[in-house]
Amino acid sequence: MPILRLLTQTLAVAEADIRKLRHDPLELLTRMVQPLLWLLIFGEVFARSHAIPTGAVDYLEFITPGILAQSTLFIAIFYGVSVIWERDLGVLHKYLVSPVPRAGLVLGRAVSSGVRGLSQGVVIYLLALALGVRMRVSIDALALVVVTVMLGSAIFATFSLIVACLVKTRERFMGIGQVLTMPLFFASNAIYPLSMMPPWLRAIAGANPLTYQVDALRALMIQGGGSAFGLGVDYGVQVAVLALLTLIATKLYPTIVN
Amino acid sequence: MSGSEPDARGTPERGPRTTSEQPRAPAIETAGLTRRFGTLIAVDALDLAIPAGAIFGLLGTNGAGKTTVIKMLTTLLAPTGGSARVAGFDITRDAAEVRWHIGYVSQMLSADGELTGYENLLISAKLYGLTRSERRERIDEALRFMDIAAAADRLVSRYSGGMIRRLEIAQSMLHRPQVLFLDEPTVGLDPLARRVVWERIRLLRQNYGTTILMTTHDMEEADQLCDAVALMTLGRLVALGAPADLKLALGPEATLDDVFIHYTGGAAAERGTFQDAARARRTAHRLE
Repeated sequence: MPILRLLTQTLAVAEADIRKLRHDPLELLTRMVQPLLWLLIFGEVFARSHAIPTGAVDYLEFITPGILAQSTLFIAIFYGVSVIWERDLGVLHKYLVSPVPRAGLVLGRAVSSGVRGLSQGVVIYLLALALGVRMRVSIDALALVVVTVMLGSAIFATFSLIVACLVKTRERFMGIGQVLTMPLFFASNAIYPLSMMPPWLRAIAGANPLTYQVDALRALMIQGGGSAFGLGVDYGVQVAVLALLTLIATKLYPTIVN
Repeated sequence: MSGSEPDARGTPERGPRTTSEQPRAPAIETAGLTRRFGTLIAVDALDLAIPAGAIFGLLGTNGAGKTTVIKMLTTLLAPTGGSARVAGFDITRDAAEVRWHIGYVSQMLSADGELTGYENLLISAKLYGLTRSERRERIDEALRFMDIAAAADRLVSRYSGGMIRRLEIAQSMLHRPQVLFLDEPTVGLDPLARRVVWERIRLLRQNYGTTILMTTHDMEEADQLCDAVALMTLGRLVALGAPADLKLALGPEATLDDVFIHYTGGAAAERGTFQDAARARRTAHRLE
């Protein structure tokens, strides 16, 4: 069964990474600090200021999905560094001489980034519940949150992979990674609504996949939260972006060893 | 890999060796194989035919083009001219088929230090689509054959250099490739570890009939292991033959070192780049 075999091969790429996390979970733990700070400090303070119009939900409820999207973005966008690192070690060559289709290699990476993103989700849910945020905890909503986090991680990890293939060294990548992260985060609806933005920024946010991820999460995670664009649009945009990025990454990935 | 089933070499699930089963066809055949990087000609019109079952050595100075040849034959790098067939498949047109039939151990460290030996083997087995029962059987066999069974559940970062190399070779053989590429398999190893690796390479050929193309700087290694060697200088093939014949051609007392110096002398050390040197030292350092 070629499809089954492709699935085994793709998941093997992800499995290698997940097994590494199991041996050394320190990275996951340190990654959890940042979203905690955003919710506990930024969220709590701005919730008291009432400066941001968030409609029917209060500010902490408004940014909880935004912080989940943000923390998966921050993990995924630096995914390329580990790819460059593996290239420098020689580990990557082993994957590229294997018969795994190139798209499988790229998607395997995306899946493992998604798993990292999910670990953030667990922490954010627990903290948000502790802070009294009215979360949706039904099975179907949670299942869709998992899908959404995986999808968002996949998009930015694949984007990161493309950047890694282009810049090829860790030093250059780190510089570019820093430059990319903040605009992606701030030019989105993660911590304030699009309606507050000047038109030019709103236009940029409209082209930012993170906006659609946050929009979907807002409908799925929060009681009384809703999607501004509709879930169909949210997923349509994200799937299309992922398909395009996967196509590009599949072409570029083999060139990283040259 | 004990040799109890010498014909269990097929690629899992697909048995695609039909076109490559014709006897006598060379396992590796290149015709005018060329790779340019800008104005630099790294490999210049290479013609080689390596018979199935041979252990073939590719020798040359740093920057002679050995690694570039291997990268092209393993489909990591596209040629800019000429063509090549590996295990009966064209490296450009049938790159995906080539990958099912080859194993490759790079000059650098391809085993993952953050995983255990067993996990490294498991991931490799899955990349090659082996079924669960094939995985179990071949991983067990590989661990025993390479004498690392006792360390199977240890992180590879705690392995010795010789163990890492044996693990890497085991990984590259799980799917029973017809052709195995070893890029400087013993670089950075102490003499004892080196001998163990040599012995395993010989056994691989004996047990599975694997064709092995290896690069090396080590003339003793070439002399010990290779049925035939090719000497490259500045991307060109300058000598080809059995080590014994090449030595004899220079005189009754000649060593393979003499052969190497005779053919590469003038061009020595002019081409190795900073990157080559850095990489070789990094690998050597990690293996210690």
